[in-house]
Amino acid sequence: MSERKLRVLVAKPGLDGHDRGAKVVARALRDAGMEVIYTGLRQTPEMIAEAVLQEDVDAVGLSILSGAHMALVPRILELLKQNGQEHVRVFVGGIIPNEDLPRLLEMGVAGVYGPGTLTEDIVNDIRQAVAKAAHAGGD
Amino acid sequence: MHLAAQVLAGNRLALARLITQIENELPEGWAALSELFPHGGRAHLVGVTGASGTGKSTLVNHLARWYRLEANGCSPRRVGIVAVDPTSPFTGGAILGDRVRMRDLSGDPGVFIRSMASRGSLGGLASATASVVDAMDAAGFELILIETVGAGQSEVEIARLAHTTLVVEAPGLGDEIQAIKAGILEIADLLVVNKADRPGVENTERALRSMLQLAGPVGRVFRHHGRHEYTTGPGPQPGQTQGWVPPILRTVATEGVGIAEVGQAIERHRRALEESGDWERRARARLGSQLDSLLQGALVARWRESLPEIEYQRILDRLVERRLSPWQAVKQLLDGNLE
Repeated sequence: MSERKLRVLVAKPGLDGHDRGAKVVARALRDAGMEVIYTGLRQTPEMIAEAVLQEDVDAVGLSILSGAHMALVPRILELLKQNGQEHVRVFVGGIIPNEDLPRLLEMGVAGVYGPGTLTEDIVNDIRQAVAKAAHAGGD
Repeated sequence: MHLAAQVLAGNRLALARLITQIENELPEGWAALSELFPHGGRAHLVGVTGASGTGKSTLVNHLARWYRLEANGCSPRRVGIVAVDPTSPFTGGAILGDRVRMRDLSGDPGVFIRSMASRGSLGGLASATASVVDAMDAAGFELILIETVGAGQSEVEIARLAHTTLVVEAPGLGDEIQAIKAGILEIADLLVVNKADRPGVENTERALRSMLQLAGPVGRVFRHHGRHEYTTGPGPQPGQTQGWVPPILRTVATEGVGIAEVGQAIERHRRALEESGDWERRARARLGSQLDSLLQGALVARWRESLPEIEYQRILDRLVERRLSPWQAVKQLLDGNLE
């Protein structure tokens, strides 16, 4: 069997309705050989955590353009922890002001990506982060 | 507590992890599933198949909701859903987008949805789908909806796995001749014309009805490596006046129209299977098929390990040079000579 397939959830938490970025990333991950569970718009943190659990994903990509990231991301991280899924790497993309980056990374977010990010960078970061998490005893 | 025990105790993360192990063909997955296997065999397996764009996911969403509501007349059943989407043959990746249509089910602890990529399998399911369904069965999900890839007419694998197969059509997706082609329509226990608010629904229904009349009620025959396995046809059986004729039902899944009728038809089909003895017959055919497929894989893998690669390549070279035919090549590999 060739190397294990990575499963990644791509979700848009909150109320913003612009999903072009999320879809671009989803396609890029697919083209990189990953299995992308695309859950679409208007996901609550609870819905996202539930999907992360049922789908047993390696990583989550959250697309947030509404500015609500400092409310949504901690809630999602907390739910993942409650469910026993701290090893799942969380990536955030969208409109994230620079001053929020340190706090997000401190919370445990594995990567933050603004407009203009190259999709290959996201792909590589996900692969590395998941490999590191696996070595740290995730599997 | 180890994985199998956790699954039996209702731990949902354990079930999710087990499914991953099964998908990745890990020995610990097979071991856990072997422990769980005696606890299964009770779930009603319902396949939902049909071309892309017919609304399968939306239908599955609403059907699952119907099963969860006490208002449908039976007590709520725990519902497992497996949704299969195609793996790209070029990149090996996949977009698994069926959950998008299943928002209504979120937050319900009696529902478990798992998306699977086909990972190269043709026929509408992934090779691990049957085992994943076994895991959900053992975990206590009483109804398991299996949504196939949905690429079209060759997707008949689901009929081997499911007790009840729904084929979903929609108006305007193809001319009436499509309805008569062999394959997907022959596997239907129920025919659902979704998006029934669209123009052309009468034509679609008429085409399906005429296809059913042409085919006539026949027993389900599984041709399997030259052997025939039969289930009873819906012709008159002792004590019965009429067999099962697939009903044609109209739905507008996005609005929940016609869903209760589909649910009730599924329940009627289950009773018909139990009364005719087909429930057991189909289970036997399904497990036999699963056994053969696993056996085939295991035998070939084991045998290949004992064959030096260089010898295989040597014979392949001769095949490419047309000094050997494929059948001679097999004989050579298996028997070591051409006699």
